[in-house]
This record gives sequence, C-alpha cells and structure tokens, in this order.
Amino acid sequence: MKSSVITFPGSNCDRDMDVALTKFGFKNKMVWHNDQELPKSDLIVLPGGFSYGDYLRCGSMASKSKIMHSVINYAKSGGLVMGICNGFQILVESGLVPGVLLRNKYLQFICKNVYVKVENKENTFFKNLDKKVLEFHIAHNEGNYFCTSDQLKEIEDNNQIAIYYCDQNGNTNDQINPNGSIKNIAGIFNKEKNVLGMMPHPERMIDESLSGEDGSIFFKNLLNNIK
Amino acid sequence: MLVNEKIAIEHGLKSDEYKKICKLLKRTPNITELGIFSAMWNEHCSYKSSRIHLKKLHTKGKKVIQGPGENAGVIDIEDGDALVFKIESHNHPSFIEPYQGAATGVGGIMRDVFTMGARPIANLNSIHFGSTQHKKTKNLLRGVVHGIGGYGNCMGVPTIAGQTSFDRSYNGNILVNAMTLGLVKKDKIFYSKAAGLNKPVIYVGSKTGRDGIHGASMASASFDEKIEEKKPTVQVGDPFTEKLLLEACLELMSGDSIIAIQDMGAAGLTSSSIEMASKGNLGIEINLNKVPCRETKMTPYEIMLSESQERMLIVLENGKEEIAKKIFDKWNLDFAVIGKTTNTKNIELFFDNEQVANIPVNTLVENSPMYDRKWKKSKLPKKNKINKTIFKSLKIKDTLKKILSSPNVCSKEWIWQQYDHTVMGDTIQKPGGDSGVVRVHKTDKAIAATVDSSATYCWAHPLTGGKQVVCETWRNLISVGAKPIAVTNCLNFGSPEKEENMGEFVECVQGISEACKYLDYPVVSGNVSFYNETKDIGIKPTPTIGGVGLIKDYKKMITMNFKEIDNIVLVIGKTEGHIDQSLLSRIILNENNGPPPEVNLFNEKNNGLTLLNLIEKNFIQSAHDVSLGGIITAISKMCIKGNKGVQIKKPKFLINEIEYFFAEDQGRYLIEISPKDLKEVSKILDKNSVHYDEIGKIIDKEMIIDQKTKLTIDELKSYNTNWLKSYMV
Repeated sequence: MKSSVITFPGSNCDRDMDVALTKFGFKNKMVWHNDQELPKSDLIVLPGGFSYGDYLRCGSMASKSKIMHSVINYAKSGGLVMGICNGFQILVESGLVPGVLLRNKYLQFICKNVYVKVENKENTFFKNLDKKVLEFHIAHNEGNYFCTSDQLKEIEDNNQIAIYYCDQNGNTNDQINPNGSIKNIAGIFNKEKNVLGMMPHPERMIDESLSGEDGSIFFKNLLNNIK
Repeated sequence: MLVNEKIAIEHGLKSDEYKKICKLLKRTPNITELGIFSAMWNEHCSYKSSRIHLKKLHTKGKKVIQGPGENAGVIDIEDGDALVFKIESHNHPSFIEPYQGAATGVGGIMRDVFTMGARPIANLNSIHFGSTQHKKTKNLLRGVVHGIGGYGNCMGVPTIAGQTSFDRSYNGNILVNAMTLGLVKKDKIFYSKAAGLNKPVIYVGSKTGRDGIHGASMASASFDEKIEEKKPTVQVGDPFTEKLLLEACLELMSGDSIIAIQDMGAAGLTSSSIEMASKGNLGIEINLNKVPCRETKMTPYEIMLSESQERMLIVLENGKEEIAKKIFDKWNLDFAVIGKTTNTKNIELFFDNEQVANIPVNTLVENSPMYDRKWKKSKLPKKNKINKTIFKSLKIKDTLKKILSSPNVCSKEWIWQQYDHTVMGDTIQKPGGDSGVVRVHKTDKAIAATVDSSATYCWAHPLTGGKQVVCETWRNLISVGAKPIAVTNCLNFGSPEKEENMGEFVECVQGISEACKYLDYPVVSGNVSFYNETKDIGIKPTPTIGGVGLIKDYKKMITMNFKEIDNIVLVIGKTEGHIDQSLLSRIILNENNGPPPEVNLFNEKNNGLTLLNLIEKNFIQSAHDVSLGGIITAISKMCIKGNKGVQIKKPKFLINEIEYFFAEDQGRYLIEISPKDLKEVSKILDKNSVHYDEIGKIIDKEMIIDQKTKLTIDELKSYNTNWLKSYMV
C-alpha cells in the first residue's frame, strides 16, 4: 500500500508519521507543499506541526498551498485523507471537514495521554477495530473543536463524529475533556467518511517504550482495511 | 557623532577600558566602533571576570570531541555518532519580558547546537523564581513556561526534563537556563573557524531589525527601578523562521559548501563575524548595505548591534553561492553575500561606499579586558545543635505532607504538560523522572539528560555546593541506567564586583571542577551569567549543571516507579542524619543556617558505579536518587509513580526516625529488587564496600512506616500534585 505525507513549512511530525507508516508496511513518500501533483497513493496524510508558524490561523495558510488543490481533488474523488493535529486544522481550513478548532479552553498547550472512544466503525479508518477505547496522545494548543448547532445536528445525523475524548471505560464527560471541545469531539469525518481529521497523534504510540501501543493497533488495522 | 569618555561609559564601558580602546586603536573610535567594542567587551561576551577561573574547570576526557570555546560541546557516543550540547542563560531578558525572554533563550541555544551540524533531539530547562508570595512570581512563571513551550513546541523538539525552584533571592532576578542536545555524525561536525582568503561571507535567516540592540550589555548590568524601560533590548523570537533555518542549514550542511558557520546570538553580527575571523586568524570585510534589513534607514551602528533572532553567518567555499542560495530560497529565507574573508586581520565595515569601521580583530578578542577580581573565601558554617526533643514532637505524616506539597518538591506536571515532550517519537522517559531519556533515532542507544542546581547548598558553602550539584546530576543519570559522560554548566551569580559574590563564583567553580575531575565527567560547554542582582540584592549562587549520559541498550533503562508487590527496597549509601540546610530544617524547623551535607566523592563514585553494575546485571527493578526531603520523600515519589505502597522500617541506628527519613546525606539511592536477588545483590554491594540498608518491601496502595504511621497512595498523590495547579489557577 502506498501513502504520501505532505511536508509544509513548519510541519514537525512529518518524520514521525513516515516512521510509523513505514513500520506498519506502507510504502511512504514525502511530498513537498510546493509540488503540484501527488504521487499515486492509497492514503494521504497531513501531519502535525506548526505549518506557517500557526500565524494568521492554525492551518489557514497551509490550506492554500499548491499541493492542497491536488489533495482536495483527491479527497473529492473518494481518496483517503487523514489529518493529524495541525493536519486536522488544515482540513478544517480547507473545508474538507466541517467546524473549526479554537484555542484550548484553559489557554494552555497540553501534552498528555488521553483515551478516545471510537463510535463509528462503518468506515475505512476504524472498520474491524476490535477495541472501542484507545489510549492516544495529544499535544496541541488549538484543539477545541467547535461548530454551530445546525452543523452539529448535521454531523450527528450523518454519523460524522469519529472519536470522542473519554475515560478509561469509555465514558464521555466534561471532566475528561482536555480542551473544551464541543461534545468531547476529538476527531471527525467528512460526510463520505473518506477524510478523517483528529487531534490525537497515533504515530507517537507505536512501540512499548513510548507512551503506549494503541497507535500500532490503529495503523495495523488501517493497513488491513486499505488492502 | 563624536565619541568621548562619557558616551563610552553610557555604553557600559569603564573609564580605563575606554582609554585602553583609544590606545589600542591609536585614535578615538567612531560611534560604530565604540558600539562594537562595548558589545565585545561586556561581561556577557568577553567573560572578563570569569575567564581566569574558567580555565581551572576540568574539560578533558576520552569522550570529548570539542570542549568549551565553540558554539557547543561535543562528545563521542560511539558508532560514529556524536552528541552536541550546551546550556545557556536568558535571565535578564526573561525578567523584563518573560514570554519573549524565555522563548528566545530556547531559540538561541537550539541555534548553537544546529550551527554545529547537529539536529536538536531534546530540550531541557532550569527555571528559578522568587517567593511564591511575591506579586510578580505567578505571572513570571506563566510567561516563562509559555515562552519555553511556544518556541520548543513549534520547533518540534521535545522538552524532556527540567527543574523549577522558588526562593526569595530570585524576587528581583529570575533565572531561565535552557539546554539543548543535538545529534550529528562524528565526521559532519561544523565549526566557527573561518579559513581561506576571499571566501564569500553569507548572511542567512531573518532580516535584521532594531530589536535587541544592546541586549548583551543589558545582560551585563544589574537592575534598578527603571528596568521596565529596558524592554526594547529584549529580542522577539520567531520559532517558525528558526524551524525553516534549521532545515535549510541541515540541508546545506549535507553537502560540502560550508567552511565555517556561526549563529548570530548575543551581540549579533558583531560577535559572529569577529569570532569567525578571530578563530581563523583572518580579517573580514562586510558591506552593510547588503545586510537584509526589516526596517528602513538602519544605521551601521544599529545593524552591527541588533540582536534580531534566527540569523546565521556562513563562510562558503568559492563558487557554492548558487547551490546555497537555492536551498535558502526553497525555505523562503533571506540569503545575501555580504562580504569576504581578507588577510588584513581587521574587521572592515563599509556603508554607502564609505568605510565606517576598521578594527584589528585581536584588539576585540585577545586584548579584551581580563580581570582577576578580589574574592572572599567562605567558611564552613558550624553545625546546628538540634534538640532531640524537637524531633520527638514532629509527626512523620504531617511533616511529610508539608514537604511533599512544598513548592520545591511538589509535582511540576502543570509546567511540563505545556511542553511537547513526545514529538520526534523517541522520548522513552518523560519529564518527572530522574532524567529525561530519548532514543538515538533508529538505534538501540539512548541518551539520558538532566539539569540541576542547589542554590541553598551553594549559598551555605559554595565549594561543597559546587561539588554537590555535579554529583546530583551524576546520580540522576545513574538512576535511569545511564553511564554519565559529560556536563555543561550555566553559572548564575550576582555582581562579580562584590567580593562575596566573586568568592561564591570562584569556589563553586572549584567545587564543580573537583567533582568533574574525580568522576571523569568533564565540562564541555557552558556560560556565565553575572549581575543577577537588583538594587544591590543578589541571587543565591546558582550554578546549574546539565549532565548527559549514554544507555547502550535502551531496553535496560530504569524508571523510578515501584513495579511489583513483595519486592524489596534498599537504601544504597549511608544515612548519617544530616539535617542542616535540608528541607526539614528550612521549612519545618525554620532554621536556615548550618553547613550543607558533606560530599564524599569516593562514595559518590563507588556507589554510583556499583549501582550501574547492578543495573547492567538486570537486578534493578526501579531506582531513584535521594535528594531534597530525604529517603521518605524519594520513596513517596516511587509509590506515587508506581501506584503501589510500601512497608518500611528504620534500621537500628543511633539516629532517630525523623533524622533517618528526612536527612539529606549525599550519595544515596533507593532501589527495588526481587526477593530472589537479595543475596546476590548484597554480595555485590558488600564486595564493593557499599553501605546499604534493607528498609522494607512493596505492598498494595499504602505506605506504612515503622508499623505506626499509615498513609494511602491517594493521600500522597494529592499532597504532591495539587499545590502547583491550585497556585496557578
């Protein structure tokens, strides 16, 4: 399976994502933001980091870069696109997924392990996953997901919420919400479920010496689903 | 503008220093030249008060590739890999403007490391604030933490460890010391020594603005009530540009275009160009009209003294300009050929077709002032005679609660959760342990790093304190299973013009040197920060040591959390019951006098190396060094982290329970071993003449001391984790 990771100026999880994808069997290529064409890929990843220094608004300048035209076309034709952290912010800014990401509720950058509940498994990203609650890792300053009540209704009606922040047992409540996201939303899909944006970094949880191994479960499952 | 002595003094120069300049030049300098002299001859850049003493530091060792004097130190970590690291202070700017001061401190130290060709792989910091009651403390802490995170997080370099303390002596002068580690191949290290004639001198990175002019001079003076007016001397950081600069420089460095490279840090274009020329024994000619400027009508004086961030100066091989320009264009960074190397051995500056400065490089460097300042030796204070009935009146539980929740012991999670400590995917020990540990990417090796200081001990007796700090870092590295290799030091002191402060400096340096020599743990880089004083009140002497060690097989790394019920807990090293200068003495008994605990370098080395041997043989399940708050504080942290309890008993010594559990004797560790290994471990400890006490075993969720005192792990946790969070709300 082939994947491509886009590097924007200021991306800093691009190498980590490359390491993770390669580890679990993807043939990965790094793609420069100024390129026009995407290599033939089964999965496009927009990695975490601080594209354009988070200036103006997180992800806004990157969403206008040359390669994003191709990414948007690729997504619209049904290709799989995943945006992690800053990548999620870029997806939001490019309109591929609904809503916005505001500054964290307590106005602080947060780096820690969290639990997320996988609600919707009718999609290529989470199909066949045998766990409902995953331990992931977050590291962000602007992960506070927000949308209008109309949008929320639409998202819920279309089953677009991918993952929720929860406790170890899968309960979602305000206390375990790390950043103030509406409904504890940690990740969402587009309507067609071929585009996933999420704040947590599965690529930081890929061996027992790191923060945990649930990232490995996610990537192995993803590869099998694409095959 | 005509220059005279009055203007020179306004530039922070002393009257006789000004006379020396005129004599060296055989004329009066113009204003640009005066600015250059003042930037090169201030304390921050010239080390004029410290140079004579820094020569005494122990800086040599088998693993040292580059000692002090370069942008950063370099050590050999085998297999063709080298580790580049350094610590630096950004104290003065951080007090004036905490966010930008701290942020640019982090940016500056990372630049020092990647200037040498190394990719930064970890950041650490040591930050010190005034009393928690002081009105400025909370905002300064918040600003500094945001600044460190703001820069490091954006760069994508994990912040893996640090130290935070509070003490009244920092009320008017906080300390912000930032450290970076970088990884490079041994044969791809870059240096700042220029070589060859007529080689192009290249300026890359951000444009030059009017920020930070006289930053280094500001950092070479004490503070007074007008300190707010100094805000314009604080630089403004842009971590995004630095990230681009990092990637662009590493890309250029993968080829063979660069002869020498130097970042523009303190004193900007002035010190970078002069250092490169001086090391290469060459001259340098710069056309200032070619320097990319952010603002219009900048004068030569301003261009030379600006401390705008994220800039580099490079001497290229002839004909490589196009290759280099292409790389910097790709990363959207400024690139300009601004001059060339010459054989004049002078720095010559041109602006609007006129020569605006012409100074022999050696007058700025070799002939810079060096002072052997007067200093006063400290006496070892007399031991306090503490009445034993006082100990009897203390309840262990209450005392422990106070200590675990005290500002200098409590959990600093509120701070390090704001730092990205997992980016790069190799952090295998996060903040909160004895050392931070990162793997060497795609190898079985890992690097452990720690940063420490013990101002209270140094204040009580600088010589002992200096030794103690070095040993503390050594223990922190051993506790995670790393072989200590080398250190970097950041020497934060008051005014060198005061005999007491100078004495503290001299004796701390002596202590550091003795310990480093004995432990074969050389100093490879560092910096000195003097004049940490406001209205005549100086800080406690605070030498900060950053220690670095190697773990050959990262799977053998040790953590401090208790692992398994029924495992046995041993204290390695002897507990004599030293209470003076301990936390118990200061916060429970309100006694601030007396000597710090004695440092016995033989025991330190012997205990540490024996423990490393036990770790190598896989006997150690968990380990933690004993420091502030003694055995009971250390053991509490092992319980909290492992979510397990412990049943312990004081050995039958002459000292009482409080002395045994709260004393801060040095050279000690707590270790957890399996009962089946006790015999073998005891044998090894005995054979190496290492004193140890078997004090108890691990149980479920409760701490039981001498059968009578009981605390739950949840109680311990709440004492330890709540203080800082509620303070910062």
